[in-house]
Amino acid sequence: MTLLELEDVTASYGPVQVLDGVSLSVPDNGAFGILGANGAGKTTTLRAISGAVRTSGRIVFDGKDISGLRPDQVAALGIAHVPEGRGSFGDLTVRENLRVGAYLRKDRKGIDEDIDYCLDLFPNLQDRIRSNASALSGGEQQMLAVARAIMSKPRMLLLDEASLGLAPSTAKNVYDAIRRLRDESGIAMVVVEQNANLAFTVVDSATVLETGRSVLTGTSAELKGMDEIRRAYLGG
Amino acid sequence: MEKFVQLVVDGLSTGSVYAALALAIVLVHSATGLVNFAQGGMAVLAAYVAWVLTNQGVPLILAILASIIFSFLLGAVLERFLMRRFERGDPDTAVVVTIGLLTLITGIAGWLWGYNNQQFPSLFPLDTVSVLGVSVSIRSLGTTLVIVVAMVAMQALFAGTKLGLALRAVAINPQSAGYSGLPVERLLMVGWGLAAVLGAVAGALVAPQLTLTPGMLDSALVYALAAVILGGLTSPVGVVVAAWLIGVLENLAAVYVGFIGFDLKVAVPFILIFVVLIVRPQGLFGRKTVVRV
Repeated sequence: MTLLELEDVTASYGPVQVLDGVSLSVPDNGAFGILGANGAGKTTTLRAISGAVRTSGRIVFDGKDISGLRPDQVAALGIAHVPEGRGSFGDLTVRENLRVGAYLRKDRKGIDEDIDYCLDLFPNLQDRIRSNASALSGGEQQMLAVARAIMSKPRMLLLDEASLGLAPSTAKNVYDAIRRLRDESGIAMVVVEQNANLAFTVVDSATVLETGRSVLTGTSAELKGMDEIRRAYLGG
Repeated sequence: MEKFVQLVVDGLSTGSVYAALALAIVLVHSATGLVNFAQGGMAVLAAYVAWVLTNQGVPLILAILASIIFSFLLGAVLERFLMRRFERGDPDTAVVVTIGLLTLITGIAGWLWGYNNQQFPSLFPLDTVSVLGVSVSIRSLGTTLVIVVAMVAMQALFAGTKLGLALRAVAINPQSAGYSGLPVERLLMVGWGLAAVLGAVAGALVAPQLTLTPGMLDSALVYALAAVILGGLTSPVGVVVAAWLIGVLENLAAVYVGFIGFDLKVAVPFILIFVVLIVRPQGLFGRKTVVRV
């Protein structure tokens, strides 16, 4: 079943067209990857889904056209966005960050349970629960960003460059947790990642963007088998 | 001794007025990340609204309540139609816009009601009561009490409520806040509205003492900013304590330190700031911000 569908979506920042007809369809379980070089439009595709940039074309989530909605309205429909650069609330504590993530929820007991789940998923955060987010390391902030997104109990998670600026071992830890989340939670995921090797550890299928267009879509196995993908994105 | 206590009590009372404005500045800063220099001007406008209503025969307390509602709407409208255009841009530009707004509001008040001093009725009786053998005006006590209540309410709002948490989150990172489902634009309007309400309270408290003019709160704004720096931009309790400290110290210095006198007492808070900021750059009560890169 398709949960999210983009049909010929375009977007521009001022006069610069960044998305030039992106089409993709994301299934309602598992993880879907968006691969591509710098400037291919990966981040903008996620921002388009979240309503953070103006777009034309159709964006349909769960049978409803969501193009033109504000980010908070998109979030209310069950799409949680983990932005590039983590988007932590620096002056808030880790616990407060998680509570902001749960802003749309009213079930106090469920929120407490989910905070416990996040701390189980990311044990590093347990010791830092009272620290300001700005005092966390890059890896911890990335974990916090994912945890904050989970707190909204989303149906779909948009993950933007979760490995950016992290040491390889830290990036691997983050992706291990993301894989566990994928298997345990049933949350559908859209994973944007420049490091295709890491992306292929979680995604079942993916699309490749080049200069704002989707040029190629396939399952992980199909894509990994293609010479041009190997050369361009997998380092050999 | 009696003189000393009297000076302290008077200082607390004037300090409370600085505190009210300082609290409003902290509120806007906590909710939008900006320092609003127009806060004093907006408060004066609220006081004029109350004054016009009392002249029409509306009971004072109702007139003040109406001016508070007016202020909430004024704050929300200013945010929605003016400040929003600058919030996503350079913060320096936005701050300069608030300075322009202060000039504009002062001009509008002068144009509508003139620059003459107007009598504003006092919310509290002018009697005095004896405290520890010193006669203290009920007005001073009442002003101080109202500020304590406002401070406690604000501390509770930001530390203990979902709305307060949401306001802070929006100020820190509006984009992430939106992604988390917070209605960013509405929360910014609420933040400005609430700050304007605090300003209106300050205006109503101080107008009887200073008499109402368009520039009534100009010097109070300077002291309020001093209190904000001294107390720390993030701490409602901190700025109130700092404002009281400033009010009391300037009174004492004017009387007891010969060369300062009443002409130089305005320098007192700034000497204090200078000393405190060398020792504690985050202010007396402010949180130290650590940023990792």
